[in-house]
Amino acid sequence: MGEMIKVGMADLKACKAPDNLTTIGLGSCIGIAIYDPVTKISGLAHIMLPDSTQIRNNTNIAKFADTGIQKLYDDMIAMGANKSRLVAKIAGGATMFAGGASSAINVGQRNAEASKAKLKELGVRLLAEDTGLNYGRTVEFYSETGDYLIKAVGKPQKTI
Amino acid sequence: MADNSFADINEKYFDVLKEIGNIGAGNATTAIANMLNLRLDMKVPKVELIEVEKIGSAIGSEEQIVVGILLSVENDIDGSMMFLMDLPSAHHLVNRLMMRDPEYNEEFDDMDISAIREIGNIIAGSYLSALSGLTNLNITPSIPFVSIDMAAAILSVPAIQFGMVSDNALFIKTEFSDDVGINGYFILMPEGESYEKILRALGLPV
Repeated sequence: MGEMIKVGMADLKACKAPDNLTTIGLGSCIGIAIYDPVTKISGLAHIMLPDSTQIRNNTNIAKFADTGIQKLYDDMIAMGANKSRLVAKIAGGATMFAGGASSAINVGQRNAEASKAKLKELGVRLLAEDTGLNYGRTVEFYSETGDYLIKAVGKPQKTI
Repeated sequence: MADNSFADINEKYFDVLKEIGNIGAGNATTAIANMLNLRLDMKVPKVELIEVEKIGSAIGSEEQIVVGILLSVENDIDGSMMFLMDLPSAHHLVNRLMMRDPEYNEEFDDMDISAIREIGNIIAGSYLSALSGLTNLNITPSIPFVSIDMAAAILSVPAIQFGMVSDNALFIKTEFSDDVGINGYFILMPEGESYEKILRALGLPV
């Protein structure tokens, strides 16, 4: 059994089997898991916002879908992952307070769209997603199998 | 501090903000205590400048299930206000309000959720009217929104709001409890310019 490596909010990490990755309590944020099934190098990014170019104070590139996914991709390539084999699974992007009048209201959906657009730009195929709705998700990514386990309060676990 | 980053926040103002938390939360706990005829104790408020990445664990374990009531605050002051409590506390409060068996802990139905929302209204109203009276600023809360989920997922909502403009969020956090089983937090999160306005309204140089 490898180690379960924790990825925080606005954080990203890459590892190699047998180590696995987890991030806790994705609300409107997205957990993007990228994986090379041959080398079993995998990465997980926990992004909060869709677009770094619309924000003035952006010291942490892991906070945004565009820059965070790029960094994770670069890190994984540097570790020996093969560009053409990379695939992805994403989860999160909920609307936690349905009907909320805040500007954050559609941020979940915008995060999901921005994540997919960035993956597409990098040529990383999206295999599965579990996004939207109104509940938080804790995710675990298993490098050996490529399974993405999703846990939510009061709901059965699922694997995508 | 036009960049909204709280970069120039001065520790000496923390005491003033603490006092705001004291008065606001004091008023709010009194309102709930009177409504439900119980005794609530309040701890000394904490004023913290938190990196947005750490907001998810601001009240302890990220995965604990909490009931979160979120309101946005508008007019002279912009920001968010949150009222968080653990699940047993929420059951305790709702049972009290609905005059039910204190041990009742079935999943909340729509009626219970609207009771929680009403508790949110009362809390926000009393907290903010104290702040408004103190500063002479016009402060209006939005209607409350309720979510029951993992603490990190709920707290990611204000984290994202702050994340759009800053790497930090200013928290005025007050913990309260009673001798039976209520434990929760009020968190007031003013945006950068509003923080200045509050200090200026109190006659402090910013």
